[in-house]
Amino acid sequence: MGIVLAALALAVAAGCGGGQSSSGPVTLNWYIFPEFSGAFVKSAAACSQASNGAYQIKIQTLPNAADGQRQQMVRRLAADDSSLDILGLDVTWTPEFAEAGWITPWPQDLAQKIRNGTLQTMLDTATWNGKLYSAPFNTNTQLLWYRKDLVPNPPKTWKQMIAMATELSKQGKPHYIEIQGAQYEGYTVWFNTLVASAGGQIVSDDGQKVTLNQSAVQALDTIHQLANSPAVDPSIGNQMEDQTRLQFEAGRAAFELNYPYVYPSAKADVPDIFKNMAWTVYPTVKEGVPTHVTIGGIDLAVGAFSQHKQQAFDAIQCLRSPQNEIRNAVLGGLPPVLESVYNDPKFQKAYPMWQAIFTTLKQASVRPKTPAYQSVSLQISYTLSPPTSVSAKDLGTLKSRIQDAIDSKGLVP
Amino acid sequence: MRLGAVADAGTAISTGRPGRRPITERARAERRLAWLLCAPAVAVMALVAIYPIVYAIYLSFQRYDLRFPDSKSWVGVDNYTTILSSTDLWWQAFGVTVLITVVSVAIELVLGMAVAIVMHRAIFGRGIIRTAVLVPYGIVTVAAAFSWQYAWTPGTGYLAGLLSSTAAPLTHQWQAIAIIILAEVWKTTPFMALLLLAGLSLVPEELLRAAKVDGATAWQRFWRVMVPVMKPAILVALLFRTLDAFRIFDNIYVLTQGSQNTRSVSILDYDQLFTALNLGVGSAMSVLIFLATALIAFAYIKGFGAAAPGQELER
Repeated sequence: MGIVLAALALAVAAGCGGGQSSSGPVTLNWYIFPEFSGAFVKSAAACSQASNGAYQIKIQTLPNAADGQRQQMVRRLAADDSSLDILGLDVTWTPEFAEAGWITPWPQDLAQKIRNGTLQTMLDTATWNGKLYSAPFNTNTQLLWYRKDLVPNPPKTWKQMIAMATELSKQGKPHYIEIQGAQYEGYTVWFNTLVASAGGQIVSDDGQKVTLNQSAVQALDTIHQLANSPAVDPSIGNQMEDQTRLQFEAGRAAFELNYPYVYPSAKADVPDIFKNMAWTVYPTVKEGVPTHVTIGGIDLAVGAFSQHKQQAFDAIQCLRSPQNEIRNAVLGGLPPVLESVYNDPKFQKAYPMWQAIFTTLKQASVRPKTPAYQSVSLQISYTLSPPTSVSAKDLGTLKSRIQDAIDSKGLVP
Repeated sequence: MRLGAVADAGTAISTGRPGRRPITERARAERRLAWLLCAPAVAVMALVAIYPIVYAIYLSFQRYDLRFPDSKSWVGVDNYTTILSSTDLWWQAFGVTVLITVVSVAIELVLGMAVAIVMHRAIFGRGIIRTAVLVPYGIVTVAAAFSWQYAWTPGTGYLAGLLSSTAAPLTHQWQAIAIIILAEVWKTTPFMALLLLAGLSLVPEELLRAAKVDGATAWQRFWRVMVPVMKPAILVALLFRTLDAFRIFDNIYVLTQGSQNTRSVSILDYDQLFTALNLGVGSAMSVLIFLATALIAFAYIKGFGAAAPGQELER
């Protein structure tokens, strides 16, 4: 009887450890957004190869939309799922996942390695309570795109841009300023950029208090001025990144605030517009004060319930190596997080606007860092919708709703 | 359908109400047998339905936010107060839900009755007609909702252009609600028609002929003969559809994601639970939705005398 039990226990143990014992490489599940160029597949294969049989990275493709990605990972993590080894987190999720105990902080020595040569603002997004919880993987930011044939000298400030567009509208020329004003995350990104560029911050560094002040009034005024000028696209209240891109490609706009993907897109879709398409850094709110554009991108973290944390930390370091970062940029169009890569001629060739992006990234701003970020963002885009009715008077409501969101009080819209 | 199971279970014990004559030994034995026969179903229900419901009620009295696991605590009825005092979100969503429920069920009843009569009276091709009518009900709601969404999106859709070349009806509150109702009606009228068809077949042909001989017009025969005989079937159909419509989720989720104040209470609850990860408030809202549907069922059964399936047998 005892022998039978022992044999059974052995069999069970062998069954559980199958494929994970010292005999073969462990499988690391990498949950990441769908990347269609195949750059991530190549990186995963190259890193698995280079690990010399220590691990095999298996890509688990998440849904397209950011909300869907977060929900899928949250549902698994809330159930202590040990199959989440490497997590691709949007820059706004690290505080939430860290506070909930779903991701593992990087050990001191490895954290130092990650910090070396990585863009500071991206490191900010990956840090919570002074600890590095995730490793920046790729980044993104918006530029000002404009029509050379309509605008000989690009504007430096929002005021100048609105004035130029108004002038163009008087001449009956394409004049819209295309910006994301629909009730969604992109609108929060715009508001965050304006507040930061006016010298403010939405939420305190520790994520506890709403800190909107005079700079927020300037941000609200800027939205108000644009939304009530001839420069505004009448459907601003429904515009997301892609609608703004299409309006610019349709030749109705003189300006567009958007991510670099619009450049290859215009090249493929509308050569006529493309030949007059130029870029520069995002306009400022206050003259002489540099603009602080909201940073975007992905950070990679190790799941708290993973059985292979050591291998996962190793794999992440490999996935963000300079070669892989360049491949992601060249094939997938994802701007790297390693400063050194920006000097690489291969990258500069793939990214003609690299200089403007690098300048922008060096002084970029971070969205509110709080575990309740999702609620904060929903409250901002909800309170400020539609843009045409925004005014400085909204500040009080906005402040109290954001504070409620931080304290997880009340309902989210 | 779930409701049917509960009602069936209830039928067996509803004979012995106070004030009636004492039940016989035989009735008692039958009742015992009924209990035994129901026991497996009750056990399964307890496992899969009652436990989650009780757990949700338990959660609803706590501050429990997955993002702040450390600040979990008892808060009494705070979550309920928060929800019920939220005019711009909860009551707004409640109003939209009631509007969608009332309008869509009313349209479905009229259309469903017409379709049922056609199906009932069809002389040839009966099988094909009945199958064809049921097609919308057979299509997965989410798939159907996506095709509506594309149809009403300018650029990709053939319906958006009907209004004007730049119209985006899904981005305006009232137009979007109208489209949601349209999608609901299109989807569930066949279900209504099917339930009513069952009722129609209960109407004895002799009764209609007798009415005809007495000089009743077609309308009088419908209104004075068919409808009264069908009343139990109509009320059951209305009850099922009202409960379903009140819990509307998938059509709105696909068509508007609840933007432009087109949220139903279920969408709002989903946002609290899955976006904000606020289990306390989300559970409290689930309990409120549960109470609202229970109230609807109660009103139908007590107020309008809707018979739960099988109850007629006792009368």
